[in-house]
Amino acid sequence: MAQIRIENLRKDFGAFNAVKSSTFTVEDGEFFMLLGPSGCGKTTTLRMMAGLELPSAGEIYIDGVEVGMKPASQRDIAFVFQMFALYPHMNVRRNISYPLISQGMPRAQVKAKVAEIAEILNITDILDRPVGGLSGGDRQRVALGRAIVRDPKAFLMDEPLGALDAEFREHMSHELRALHDRMKATTVYVTHDQLEAMQMGDKIVVMNHGVVEQFGVPQDIYDWPATRFVAEFIGSPPMNFLDFRGVVGIGATHVTLGGTTLDVPELRQGAAGDLTFGVRPEHVTLDDAAPYRGRVTATEYLGTTQIVLLDTAHGVVKARVAASDPVRVGQTTGLAFDPRTITVFEGTTGRALPSRANRSVLHHG
Amino acid sequence: MAEVSLNQITKSFGAETALRDVTMTVPNGAFVVLLGPTGAGKTTTLRMVAGLDRPDAGSIAIGGKDMSNLTPAQRDVAMVFQQYSLYPHLTVRQNLEFPLKSPILRTPRAEIDRKVGEVAEVLQISHKLDNKATALSGGEMQRVSIGRALVRDPAVYLMDEPLSSLDAKLRSDLRIELKSIQANSGATLLYVTHDQIEAMTMATHVGVLDQGRLVQFATPREIYENPVSIYAASRLGQPRINVLPADVFAGSPVGAAFIGLRPEQILQGEGEGSVVQRVEHLGDQTRLHLTFRGHDLITVTDAHTTLKGGDQISIRPNKPFYFDKAGARLAQGGRP
Repeated sequence: MAQIRIENLRKDFGAFNAVKSSTFTVEDGEFFMLLGPSGCGKTTTLRMMAGLELPSAGEIYIDGVEVGMKPASQRDIAFVFQMFALYPHMNVRRNISYPLISQGMPRAQVKAKVAEIAEILNITDILDRPVGGLSGGDRQRVALGRAIVRDPKAFLMDEPLGALDAEFREHMSHELRALHDRMKATTVYVTHDQLEAMQMGDKIVVMNHGVVEQFGVPQDIYDWPATRFVAEFIGSPPMNFLDFRGVVGIGATHVTLGGTTLDVPELRQGAAGDLTFGVRPEHVTLDDAAPYRGRVTATEYLGTTQIVLLDTAHGVVKARVAASDPVRVGQTTGLAFDPRTITVFEGTTGRALPSRANRSVLHHG
Repeated sequence: MAEVSLNQITKSFGAETALRDVTMTVPNGAFVVLLGPTGAGKTTTLRMVAGLDRPDAGSIAIGGKDMSNLTPAQRDVAMVFQQYSLYPHLTVRQNLEFPLKSPILRTPRAEIDRKVGEVAEVLQISHKLDNKATALSGGEMQRVSIGRALVRDPAVYLMDEPLSSLDAKLRSDLRIELKSIQANSGATLLYVTHDQIEAMTMATHVGVLDQGRLVQFATPREIYENPVSIYAASRLGQPRINVLPADVFAGSPVGAAFIGLRPEQILQGEGEGSVVQRVEHLGDQTRLHLTFRGHDLITVTDAHTTLKGGDQISIRPNKPFYFDKAGARLAQGGRP
């Protein structure tokens, strides 16, 4: 297994710039997520790692060796597409042994290796079955087996669960992650689903328009987004943004929105003009005594919690509160924001202003 | 708007029984969501009400009027399919106007313009009104096909996973919009989905279907807090309810074969020890994957917990659900 380092990677398709200048490192044994909306450059990045596209500029190091211009076959990487691609005329055993036989591995060795993989994937009992009659889960396990059996340096996966229905997807994502925990194989996984990224990843790269917006561990990215894009893309519902105009100096510990003073973590950089006060829904509480006011326009019941939508002078705010809290549509209430969790964004660039709270996270990114 | 009632509906396709003896009333002005996995009978139910399929047995009435011999056109329903179907040679505006221009309705021009403008606004497609329908993205086409239903004023709206092809942000915006359109207009809406968030957030009533049978019909809160079976309990709630053999914990009542524990039914820090297998930070909450006496379970804890894989944590059931061997909920107050 291997470390993969990406440096200043760029890809142009004619006049279209798909990836601008990406730099990040996938450590040995990590489950690493490339996350972003469609067209952000995540799949192009993955394909360059695999050798299916050649970079326009920049380097890709696998275990310290630069492979950017090498063909896919010399990189020793397993690429897992939508997982159901199996040879329909072969049984499970032959599907899994195929990569080994084509490498010229002796029969006895192939047999032992397939047995070992079947054990890991819990498919020993179906080895001699045709793939045609298998359930979706078993087909997916077989496809995985065929990727794993070669002992590649890394697995690259492009939305492998994308086509599955919600229930089965949840099941397979647990299984994939558990398999990773047993094998500790370096894995790079492309998805547009932020929940899947948070749930499965050790680290996440968030991309938008060919640019790496942020890179780090899921909870840090969630708590301390580097940009407004990240704050909106991650989290469901996303972070609330209250736009205002103002001036904040270095060392400021509050901002003023429409006459209300709201505390924020001590800022390490000043800004003036269009600014945004960012707060996650679970850090908004309904508190009649709070001076910042809003009117409840709707509620969404979610079982344990509910989402309360409020109209305020600065737009709609969503609050996540306990489902047992009595909230009435039409009622006017105060909104309190947990001051330790606030991010202030610069309006024009959308970048988070560094503060005492997010400083260490933004430095990594 | 009108009440829709299904009376002992049964339907088979060849050897497959799609619906078994389904009886259900969609009250006037209700937002009813049919929930269940693929093959549960959701879409079949919708198609029966629309008149696209006929029941083998049973009857359907809309607004008290028997529908048995009426064609889809005679039923005064507006249906939105999962796959959008627009007139490709018409603009967005013409597509939206189309139902209103029906010779039966004779809607005045000003009224048509007002309705189309209003619906386009809600669905965030005002800026595309003069585009050809074929020049739209998939998500935009789906919004137009929802819009074409909304401009009408039918007895009932029938919708088959209308939001499933849209991206997450648009889906969450339209959830709120659809709900508020329905609540404000008092429309009757029968809606099919396998997305539990849609069911929880929009429905006044949820009908849970299991292999062609209606197993529970109640408010989302009632199904979440008072499910009739393991199956119904598993439809709502993320992470899914944990179901373990009842004897894993002490104190289960007579007849209990399984214990059902939602995250909030698991007290942490008291009771007996379990081992943390994996910690998933989802941002607003953190999921703990635990092993308790050889059984896996998932619960939720504080977002910034310091727990990690390998740690021990005590847990205890708190007002759990008990189920019998067949998965049916035991009567309340069953005591050991």
